[in-house]
Amino acid sequence: MNLYRFSAPAAFYPIAGAWAPWFALGAAILTVLGLYIGFVVAPTDFQQGQAYRIIFIHVPSAWMSMFIWLVMTFWSILALALNTRLSAMMAQALAPTGAWMTFIALWTGAFWGRPTWGTYWAWDARMTSELILLFLYFGLIALRNAIDDPRRADRACAVFTIVGAVNIPIIYFSVQWWNTLHQGASVSLTAAPSMAATMVAGMLVMALAAWLYTIAVVLVRVRTIILERERGAAWIDASLIARRV
Amino acid sequence: MSATNQSQRESTAARNLAAVGDNASDRRADEAAVAYGVFAAIRWALVRDLRIAVRSRAELGVQVLFYAIVVSLFPLATSPERNLLQTLGPGVLWVAALLASLLSLPRLFASDFADGTLEQMAISPFPLSALVGGKILAHWLATGLPLALLAPLLGLQYALDGAALGIVAFSLLIGTPILSLVGAIGAALTLATRGGGSLLALLVLPLYVPVLIFGAGSADALRAGLSAAPNLSLLGAGLLVALVGAPLAAAAAVRIALD
Repeated sequence: MNLYRFSAPAAFYPIAGAWAPWFALGAAILTVLGLYIGFVVAPTDFQQGQAYRIIFIHVPSAWMSMFIWLVMTFWSILALALNTRLSAMMAQALAPTGAWMTFIALWTGAFWGRPTWGTYWAWDARMTSELILLFLYFGLIALRNAIDDPRRADRACAVFTIVGAVNIPIIYFSVQWWNTLHQGASVSLTAAPSMAATMVAGMLVMALAAWLYTIAVVLVRVRTIILERERGAAWIDASLIARRV
Repeated sequence: MSATNQSQRESTAARNLAAVGDNASDRRADEAAVAYGVFAAIRWALVRDLRIAVRSRAELGVQVLFYAIVVSLFPLATSPERNLLQTLGPGVLWVAALLASLLSLPRLFASDFADGTLEQMAISPFPLSALVGGKILAHWLATGLPLALLAPLLGLQYALDGAALGIVAFSLLIGTPILSLVGAIGAALTLATRGGGSLLALLVLPLYVPVLIFGAGSADALRAGLSAAPNLSLLGAGLLVALVGAPLAAAAAVRIALD
């Protein structure tokens, strides 16, 4: 069977609909499992007390926030190189989730910082670059909304995504450089020397849950985008009628 | 569209046309253009845009004044205390340069886009990225270079000493071309979009962050008793990367806008 067939929105639409519930189910199960490990099984940290437990949400969302931009870059390159509609739709569907993940990472980071560092916000290199990443996500979404023609918006956003992908490592490096030059606030996040195995397990399970959640949400969102963009297409009428009967 | 706007556009178009072919140097450029080479394209766009810049120098003056005013506002908002000013100075000069660059970015493509010149460039046999590169170079010469030259004078308001003034001016000299190059991508992407100006800021300012950090950081390093060389080297590396990548990305964005 030729897999490229599914690059057509008409072929991908039913597949996405069939898969999304399974990914959502997997995400739900893993979230419950991960939170159980994180909040019940994992031991209390002897330095940070209970406050550290927010990392079970914080770290997976921070990972996803950066990883989603990479995935968007992949789809954007495909969209520009092969001019495939679905690739651009996937990139479009990923952006809001990426922005959410970045926001959650910042928000939970602030709540972790308050009891641990004694401040909601420090100009730590990672926090600063995460904040700039959030601005980039907002810029991307705003650019999409500012262009009426969806095909033109696809390609403009693809160019911006790729430029952003080149810039994100540079931003991260520059902020780190700036931070060491200033010897910043007296706080520094030197990773916990040796984490208990259960902590690592909880974090990995939650990271997997974040992946599955992202996939599920993106599949649902891309279906909506397909419906919106292809509303004039004959296959949509046919499939909707078929479902109703 | 109002009548004044219409006539303004016509006069812009006439000015651009006049800039294209009104004297001997242009005819020479046209003859060289037969090669359709990269350098001929860069030179043609550079000469043309510089000529337009010179003929609309009032706009350039406004941009430089904007820079001077923004820089002068910070002491009023904080304190005229010398130590504080010396700490703030390089950063203020850099942030103001970012904002001034941002204000000047729409000039880069907007009027050419409105009167169709950009479309003619895109369908010409010259490589579009080279034409865009020439436009960016002209934009920097007209808007970035004056800021770098003015910075030492404005730095005196912040009680900066000679070495700091030199570093700030030099870092702006290397850094402002990056602002023009990276900004060109944003300016091209926001052509024919709703809410152009603020969207441009949202797109471009996060991308400016590394330039700001290394630029303002060079004077900071000097204050801290370190060498400014690493910052300036990184800024130079950034300039090289932007020189290679930005014209291509900006040309791609222009083509998208012309669709």
